[in-house]
Amino acid sequence: MELQIWIWIAVGLSFSLYIGIAIWSRAASTKEFYVAGGGIHPIANGMATAADWMSAASFISMAGIISFSGYDGSVYLMGWTGGYVLLALLLAPYLRKFGKFTVPDFIGDRYYSNTARLVAIFCALIVSFTYIAGQMRGVGVVFSRYLEVDIVTGVLIGMGIVLFYAVLGGMKGITYTQIAQYCVLIFAFMVPAVFISFLITGNLIPQIGFGSSSTDGIFLLDKLDGLHQELGFHEYTTGTKSMLDVFCITMALMVGTAGLPHVIVRFFTVKKVSDARKSAGWALLFIAILYTTAPAIAVFSRTNLIETVSNQPYDQMPDWFNKWETTGLLEFNDKNKDGLIQYNADGSTNELEVDADIMVLANPEIAQLPNWVIALLAAGALAAALSTAAGLLLVISSAVSHDLLKKILVPNISERVELIAARLAATAAVCMAGYFGVNPPGFVAATVALAFGLAASSFFPAILLGIFSKRINKEGVICGMLVGILTMLFYMLKFKFGWFGGGLKEDWWFGVSPEGFGSIAMIFNFITTLVVSHFTPKPSMEIQKLVEKIREP
Amino acid sequence: MKPNNYWKTNIRYITILLSLWFLISFGCGILFVEQLNLVKIGGFKLGFWFAQQGSIFGFVVIIFVYIFLMNKLDQSQKK
Repeated sequence: MELQIWIWIAVGLSFSLYIGIAIWSRAASTKEFYVAGGGIHPIANGMATAADWMSAASFISMAGIISFSGYDGSVYLMGWTGGYVLLALLLAPYLRKFGKFTVPDFIGDRYYSNTARLVAIFCALIVSFTYIAGQMRGVGVVFSRYLEVDIVTGVLIGMGIVLFYAVLGGMKGITYTQIAQYCVLIFAFMVPAVFISFLITGNLIPQIGFGSSSTDGIFLLDKLDGLHQELGFHEYTTGTKSMLDVFCITMALMVGTAGLPHVIVRFFTVKKVSDARKSAGWALLFIAILYTTAPAIAVFSRTNLIETVSNQPYDQMPDWFNKWETTGLLEFNDKNKDGLIQYNADGSTNELEVDADIMVLANPEIAQLPNWVIALLAAGALAAALSTAAGLLLVISSAVSHDLLKKILVPNISERVELIAARLAATAAVCMAGYFGVNPPGFVAATVALAFGLAASSFFPAILLGIFSKRINKEGVICGMLVGILTMLFYMLKFKFGWFGGGLKEDWWFGVSPEGFGSIAMIFNFITTLVVSHFTPKPSMEIQKLVEKIREP
Repeated sequence: MKPNNYWKTNIRYITILLSLWFLISFGCGILFVEQLNLVKIGGFKLGFWFAQQGSIFGFVVIIFVYIFLMNKLDQSQKK
């Protein structure tokens, strides 16, 4: 069957599934809208968390980025999984025990202050908006690449779907669609990976094939290191970044993961404390399936690419080469006019430009898999982008309707009006996200990675200290959060966007890149919070009792 | 068991497990990666394997061990 028809079938079926779930799981109360009623099974919640967490970036770009950066790509693998250990051990169970709806809820109550609550709302909105714009863009790109509609139409269709199930169902609708989306995306990711692993190494499990030898008897990784050396690239299995920078980026991504509000709120949806721990475990297990496969795909496709193109005649390239050339993801420029493709690390003689995204997107074609696998991949990429967008949307809408309206501005708002406000806020947020998806400001791609730095430098210390220390007071935490997020914003604007006089790599503080600076800003936050708290009065007895209560099983 | 003991035991579990968390990721995957890379298991250099595979498997195990320990602790609390 024609590829286009397969793709329309896969996307159409998965979308009607999401809409069906939305109609079935409408939210009737604010509790259902914010935390899905609070009775989700831990394994189901783990699955939903995994889909919530794995965005278009994890699905489409990560394997490609690793494939071009080798060992340096490990920061994403460790950084985006290690945060779950922090969540399960340090945050999730206690936040569940506290038993409210949102992260600003916790900060506002634990630190007995609406100013702290406001600062938390501000941080939640900044973090979520930098993240969601990238997701809508991802939806648009997938649509335009596979379905040959323009990006604007793609973004509009994506907006329509998310709007439908997030506004109608709130957290309840989002949870059940995310479970479906996890199944779609993991199946779509694993099928080509298993096929390719088998083709190259004869082993069906990519994680094992990764360390096996290819058909010529040489270990795949040794072969790739050799190929890299020949072509002048840096050895695949060792890094180019400084150890300190790798350390800081990994730490910022881990702590940022644990501090992202859209991940944290997922743990409010289970029934009891032990379930919160369990669902963090399941979530990481479900994520690990994709995250341990991605580096294997990176190696398979990198080897495959080099062997297929390096010093081969251009007119004998397989079909997929020409097809991806027309999308601009592959660019060949025969500089020395010998008709062969020279692919190497030297900019003046290198004739091939390869976009990182191609490593996942073109994989099925490179391995000559049937059309339905390619269609599946398109549906999987859309599932990854939509599930994350919906989770973020809910954080934005609850920050406005619950934290800002109910808790600060109009405390006596009725349940019915609050629910309407939540839906209106979600609608407004979808429209804004869509606008950024259609007109991406230059900073979108750059800021998605930085959203982690922002979360690490603001929320993580505030929540952690709120649970593990009774001494920390509102003055400390307000100053700490502000110092953390403002230093991070300043560093990001200065070194990423050239504000405040800009700066080069040599000017980085302590030699840490903006991606890794979240760790440093987090340390500033910790120090400020501790010092200011030390010199200001203790929290009241009631607050100390509240902390003790959170710690009980 | 008194509530105070419950919290102390919990803190002890957390400290031990977080040290392991640090060791397999920041330790084996970053700080000592070059030394470990001298060892090879199958096609993997050991440090590289920890950075791209081992640490992730380790994280999953750590969380499930914590779940197990805490469930047991919760049980003993009820008696």
